[in-house]
Amino acid sequence: MVEIREITNDEILQLIVVGEVDASSSIHLDNAIRKAMEAGHKKMLVDCQGLNYISSAGLGVFMSYLEDFNDKGIRFVVYGLQDKVNHVFELIGLENLLKIVSSRKEAEAYLNDTQA
Amino acid sequence: MIHRLKAHCSIKQLREIRAFVEKVLKSHAMSDIEAYQIVLAVDEICANLIIHSHQGNADESFEVCINYKDKEEVIFEIVDEGMAFALNQYSEPNLKDIIIKKKKGGLGLMLVQRIMDKIEFTKKNNKNVCTLCKKIDKDS
Repeated sequence: MVEIREITNDEILQLIVVGEVDASSSIHLDNAIRKAMEAGHKKMLVDCQGLNYISSAGLGVFMSYLEDFNDKGIRFVVYGLQDKVNHVFELIGLENLLKIVSSRKEAEAYLNDTQA
Repeated sequence: MIHRLKAHCSIKQLREIRAFVEKVLKSHAMSDIEAYQIVLAVDEICANLIIHSHQGNADESFEVCINYKDKEEVIFEIVDEGMAFALNQYSEPNLKDIIIKKKKGGLGLMLVQRIMDKIEFTKKNNKNVCTLCKKIDKDS
């Protein structure tokens, strides 16, 4: 079971993910990112503080959009991963492919950094 | 003592399976991170089995058994009668390929291999048995 809330302010779309993303619920994360992309958002921030569990299905959702983010010049950043969840990202080396930071402040700085 | 759970071949059952595995692991004192990873490995095998071997047919079922060997190793057996999985035909996917092809799958078994000490797919009494073994870190 996962709940995803969307908040937009100052060009930044924020997705707040709460709960568990597994083979059954990853479709909701997939839909939320796809909808945000289709709406033309260029800066996305995913708040994962409430994400208690993610399986390969959820990691696969993030990976499947990396190419689109690159092609469309979309800034995408994940922040607030719990330790146990962060370990799973590291197990397959996703931290090298996806921008992951600890705090909201760092996430916003990355999105607003025109030099990056 | 062997802990058993019978589950239907529906991805909606994954949550219950995870809760079952977590409860057994936590009763044997284990760190959050280690328990999470073992739960994840079992979840990945069950999800693959439900989706690929049983096409999510909830009328079919399978069993998850958990056994501890000398308190040093936890052994899982996931038993079903669907299409058998051939581990020898599996090769770990390349992450770059997954990204370029925008594939959403293919990472599950990679995670299981990173987490577990042993993975084995065998046939016993006409049933498919996936055995996962993990040595327990006693200091955790």
